[in-house]
Amino acid sequence: MATAQAPGVVRADAPATTTGAGARPARRRSGGLRWLGVAPLTAYLAFFLIIPAGELVVDAFRTPNGAFTLGNISTIFQAQYLSSFGASLELSALAALFGGVLGLLAASAIVHPSAPRFIRSSVTTFSGMAANFAGVPLAFAFTSTLGATGVITVAFRHAGISLAAINPNATTLGLALVYNYFEFPLMLLLLVPALDGLKREWREAAANLGAGGFTYWRTVAFPILLPSLLGTMVLLFGGAFSAYATAYALSGSTGNLVTELIGNLTNGNITVDPQLAYALALGMMVIITLLMVVYYLLQRRASRWLR
Amino acid sequence: MAAVTVGPPPARRRGRRRRLPAWHVLWIVVAVAYFLVPIVSLVQFSFGGVVNGHSAGFHWYGTVFADPNFRSSFWLSVQIAIETVVLSNLLLIPTTFWIHLRLPRLRPVMDFVSVLPFVVPPIVLIVGLIPFLRLFTFLYSRPEVLAFIYVVFALPFLYRSLDAGLRAINLRTLAEASANCGGSTWSTLVRVVLPNLRSAVIGGSFLTVAIAMGEFTISSLLSFNTFPVYLFNIGQTTGNEAAALSVISLLLTWALMVSLYLVGRGGRTTAQVAATR
Repeated sequence: MATAQAPGVVRADAPATTTGAGARPARRRSGGLRWLGVAPLTAYLAFFLIIPAGELVVDAFRTPNGAFTLGNISTIFQAQYLSSFGASLELSALAALFGGVLGLLAASAIVHPSAPRFIRSSVTTFSGMAANFAGVPLAFAFTSTLGATGVITVAFRHAGISLAAINPNATTLGLALVYNYFEFPLMLLLLVPALDGLKREWREAAANLGAGGFTYWRTVAFPILLPSLLGTMVLLFGGAFSAYATAYALSGSTGNLVTELIGNLTNGNITVDPQLAYALALGMMVIITLLMVVYYLLQRRASRWLR
Repeated sequence: MAAVTVGPPPARRRGRRRRLPAWHVLWIVVAVAYFLVPIVSLVQFSFGGVVNGHSAGFHWYGTVFADPNFRSSFWLSVQIAIETVVLSNLLLIPTTFWIHLRLPRLRPVMDFVSVLPFVVPPIVLIVGLIPFLRLFTFLYSRPEVLAFIYVVFALPFLYRSLDAGLRAINLRTLAEASANCGGSTWSTLVRVVLPNLRSAVIGGSFLTVAIAMGEFTISSLLSFNTFPVYLFNIGQTTGNEAAALSVISLLLTWALMVSLYLVGRGGRTTAQVAATR
């Protein structure tokens, strides 16, 4: 990637000159004015993304009067708020696990050499649709399916089986299954290119050494795929961790996730306890940042063999 | 075993004819069922219940379309979506063009910046935005503020679409040809580059519409009655009507996705995920 970009940069900077040495003065001559071209976007992002994020970080360390305090931060370490973070992390872990496993199994099925073409294209199309089906409508779809009077719940009840343990309106497990609806297709869509990157020669070399399908997967494909697998699961984790609309539509104001807590504190135009909301939001930002660092490291590791 | 591994070509041909192992079939079936069952349940629910002693049939759909709040909230969301599309294209097309033409060194920076909105959860952004936006009363109280915020969420998707589009054309040659014909940078953008970017612009714009039409977190916390907020409120009272509304919203999203597919038949599947959760 980086090596492919470098020649492009040189070519782009030396349009009128024939030698690379002449390119540098030319670049300097067109000077600072061209940076004005990115000014509107920079200003826009500063206004709607950078300043609000910065404001949040600063306000998390302030009293309502503006004095410096660590009180807001120490508040979120109280048991009740820690349990919210715990609930969010547990939900995200479950969603990433479900999405990761089902996504991997389905993705490896559709890239299998003997899978018909139409299966691959139709499952990919379905996945694109499912990954976009989220938020409030998805919440209602799962209430209709696994809720107290849901179609599947009622059918199982007739057979004498209670599905209360996976009720999406009341249980973490149920909510993780709802998230899985958009998580596993995302996993599938992101993994298919990685699976395509496994070289046929590796499978043949393994077969020549006497490895069967399972041994090939356990000793060759899985170790190579592991960083991309984990990296994508980190993304799924982050997606579940930051989701609010779906969870709120399912559990109303009774939910205990961090996002729901922040939502309750911020609802309407009146912020009930802004300082606490800032501190909780900062906590989320810290966790997301850590996730992104892990993701970046895994991506770097993944590109060693694939791509 | 030895016969199978003699040479790649015959093994491959034999592999084609071999049937997909049952283990793989199982997971394809599970995946497809996972996709279909909630939708089938939703549709069934939208026809459910008993009204005046009869089964409901299309009753809930009739209720939805007769509700003036449905029309007003839907119209509000459409307006915001259009504003978001116009605003984000006005902001991003010239910027992306300029970066490709004059500041290619900024491209890795843009790749990073365009991921930022994806990383900051909407609920976190809005907590930081509320005290800041309150300083600008004229904007804060109007629904247009939503369009301004949604531009941030649309940024990764629109930028990627435009970036891919610009990468696919030979921008430098086009720009030089245009300059040789006496065209200014502006007319190069409008008359030469933009026609070549048509599918990238349309593709990115469809994703932007999908984001703006489906966004719930921010519009509900700022108390604007957009379509998802209306849908949520209906769900608190009538389950069947909410199911009917969800079916309608689902059909609309799919219509968008199908048009996206028809416009960008190049097969960029990974860029098509743009829902807000």
